[in-house]
Amino acid sequence: METFWFVVLVVMLATYIVLDGYDFGAGIVHLFVAKNDEERKAVTNAIGPFWDANEVWLIASGGVLFFAFPTLYASSFSGFYLPLMLVLWLLIFRAVGLELRGQLHNRLWERVWDTAFGMASLLLALFFGAALGNVVRGVNLGMVENGVSQQEAPYFFLPLWNPTFDPLAAHQGIIDWFTIVLGVVSVLSLSIHGANWIILKTNSTINARLRPLIFKLNVILLLLVIASALLWHYVRPVAISNFKQYYWLWIFPVIAVIGLLGQFRIRAFKKDYSGFICSSLFIVGSFGSTAASMFPNLLPSTNSINPSLTVHNASANAYGLSAGLSWFIVAAILVIVYFIIQFRVFKGKLDDVGYGEH
Amino acid sequence: MEDMILYNRLQFAFTITFHYLFPQLTMGLSLMIVYFKFMFLRTHLIHFNDAAKFWMKIFALNFAMGVVTGIPMEFQFGTNWAKFSELTGSIVGQTLAMEGMFSFFLESSFLGMFIFGEKLLGQKLHFFAGFMVFLGSWASGYLIIATHSWMQHPVGYEILENGKFALTNFGALFSNPWLWPSYLHNQAGSLITASFFVSAVGAFYLLSDRHAAFGKLFLKTGVVFGVISSIVVAFPTGDLVAKNVVKYQPVTFAAMEGIFETEDGGAEIILLGQPDMINKQLDNKIAVPNILSFLTYQRWDAQIKGLNEFQESVHPTNVPGLYYAYHIMAGLGTIFIAIMSISAFLLFRKKLYTTKWILWILMFAIPFPYIANTAGWYTAELGRQPWLVYNLMRMVKGVSPTVSSGNTLFTFLGFVGLYILLGLLFFMLVLKIIRNGPAIKAAH
Repeated sequence: METFWFVVLVVMLATYIVLDGYDFGAGIVHLFVAKNDEERKAVTNAIGPFWDANEVWLIASGGVLFFAFPTLYASSFSGFYLPLMLVLWLLIFRAVGLELRGQLHNRLWERVWDTAFGMASLLLALFFGAALGNVVRGVNLGMVENGVSQQEAPYFFLPLWNPTFDPLAAHQGIIDWFTIVLGVVSVLSLSIHGANWIILKTNSTINARLRPLIFKLNVILLLLVIASALLWHYVRPVAISNFKQYYWLWIFPVIAVIGLLGQFRIRAFKKDYSGFICSSLFIVGSFGSTAASMFPNLLPSTNSINPSLTVHNASANAYGLSAGLSWFIVAAILVIVYFIIQFRVFKGKLDDVGYGEH
Repeated sequence: MEDMILYNRLQFAFTITFHYLFPQLTMGLSLMIVYFKFMFLRTHLIHFNDAAKFWMKIFALNFAMGVVTGIPMEFQFGTNWAKFSELTGSIVGQTLAMEGMFSFFLESSFLGMFIFGEKLLGQKLHFFAGFMVFLGSWASGYLIIATHSWMQHPVGYEILENGKFALTNFGALFSNPWLWPSYLHNQAGSLITASFFVSAVGAFYLLSDRHAAFGKLFLKTGVVFGVISSIVVAFPTGDLVAKNVVKYQPVTFAAMEGIFETEDGGAEIILLGQPDMINKQLDNKIAVPNILSFLTYQRWDAQIKGLNEFQESVHPTNVPGLYYAYHIMAGLGTIFIAIMSISAFLLFRKKLYTTKWILWILMFAIPFPYIANTAGWYTAELGRQPWLVYNLMRMVKGVSPTVSSGNTLFTFLGFVGLYILLGLLFFMLVLKIIRNGPAIKAAH
């Protein structure tokens, strides 16, 4: 049962990253590539009817995490207190930027909110990558110093950074060289993903410039992915052990590689959705690989005294989990139906049907 | 430790107070938008459709504010109240997760379709999308009140050896006797906010002599919804909630009503007075004898226990705060019934649109339903203190053990700054939408 909820959580988070990921990507593209008002408007219209529903995946994942793994929720949310508060404020800024931009037709007003939306998207992409890095790297649960726990077993608190930026230091921070690398990987892959979405949903003049850009960004991404895989092995050597034991797990890295290499054919694609599918595959594959390498750990402990938080010791009681199952199945079917309806209503490119205006 | 509790409470109180300014309007307004859209389908008068679209604009802005200020609510359980989350998460997390899965997806998917999709969907499906938004927002309220009710009156749980609460009966969460009265009371309260808001905009249009046709429509709709909801909020829903409090939290009830000494011959209802916590009495009181006993037990001489009957350790933490919050809510509620009844009478006599003084009152009444609803929440929450889970878990046991008070103070100030900015922008934009009015929107 715990394993089932772990899978649910991973699937929901992966869905969130794929869906809201293109919103973040569109925000980053918007900041750097969109040149004039028309192009900026095209980018924001491309995500207009969708981003709200996409963000719900984050809130719903948070809810599932809360009830299925309350100990993990409590431990990680209080442990990563400061960065989570920054994430909250950025989420607020980003949503407000999108929502308020069109309310007044004044150049200064639009520029301010465009920049808020773009910068918040960029920083959030960076933070989410770094957050994943923190979870992979593990934290000092119970804040053990010289062999003695300073706190209750599952609790910790991380400052934003420590002076050495060393992921293996005894006093860790949120930001170190390992988490920064993952943050940059996240920014690059979401930018590519967002660019693909814009190509898929618009006929904007921006599209002609996006394809060669995706190709170039993908070269950097490929190099960074190779580098981060090596660094990963250095920071957390046990990450590979699940793959050694269960060969079928290799499906996730394979999916990621297919998606990554597929991007290089971006200029040859005849259909606009091919690029988007490739970037989605890369995101799903790499997030799936991470989850597969972690299982059954949810948050590894870097000290030898307090055990890691796992799906077993951080979960709710069995009755609660199975009661959750019955409503969750109903809800999941409904959610899938809504999304199918939504994508059918808003199918095609937006300038062909003109749903961007309201 | 003292500062830490204080800052955590301030932050939660501040963020939830600000957050609840938005859902209380959207829940009520969504029903009124469905009504406008329904009337359009029935009568084919474009007027109704324009009204629905106009209010949708205000709804959308409020909804966005509700979403962005709602995400911090969920986060703060984990960040600031980690022990509470760890111990009770398998129960309160259950209803919160249901809120995400059942109501947010529904609302956000169909809101996009309602705002962007009128041409694509056709009128009937457009109405359907609006109805789904209404359903989603009311489901959201239901699941939040279910969570709240469990904290007020915990059911269907057992406490394990390690202190964690484990769910043993899922159905009990929804047959909680605390749930339905609170939910209906809350929904009636949010309909009052929406009715007053809609009436106020109508009154503003008539007084400032613009969009007169819409002004009349808004006034009429607002007053009809307003008179019903302001009565329902007092009776039966408010009455049922009060009876729950008497039954399950008698000490809270005594503090709310300002009763220190038990009166055997029947308790008086206190209209005004100031709780004096040092001498344990109510100063300067104006009261009507025996009414409270009758309202509570339908007997003029029924006994109601006073605060002094209970040990001080179980007294609500902030008795005067609770007393004032409750009396502000109840007092304003009475005023709402009066305003809306007079307006409805004038509407019936066809004099509402030309009676200036009542239009002025309706226009300037806007803040008061917000104050009453906020005071209502405070009554419920201060009434539960010092408990996080009534009678089972003290508030001090719920805070995050590793987050220092400096960090909480810093983020609290951050929220204050951010929300002041958001509030100003929101205010400016709503005023702009109202000034432009529905007619300009139609031409746009």
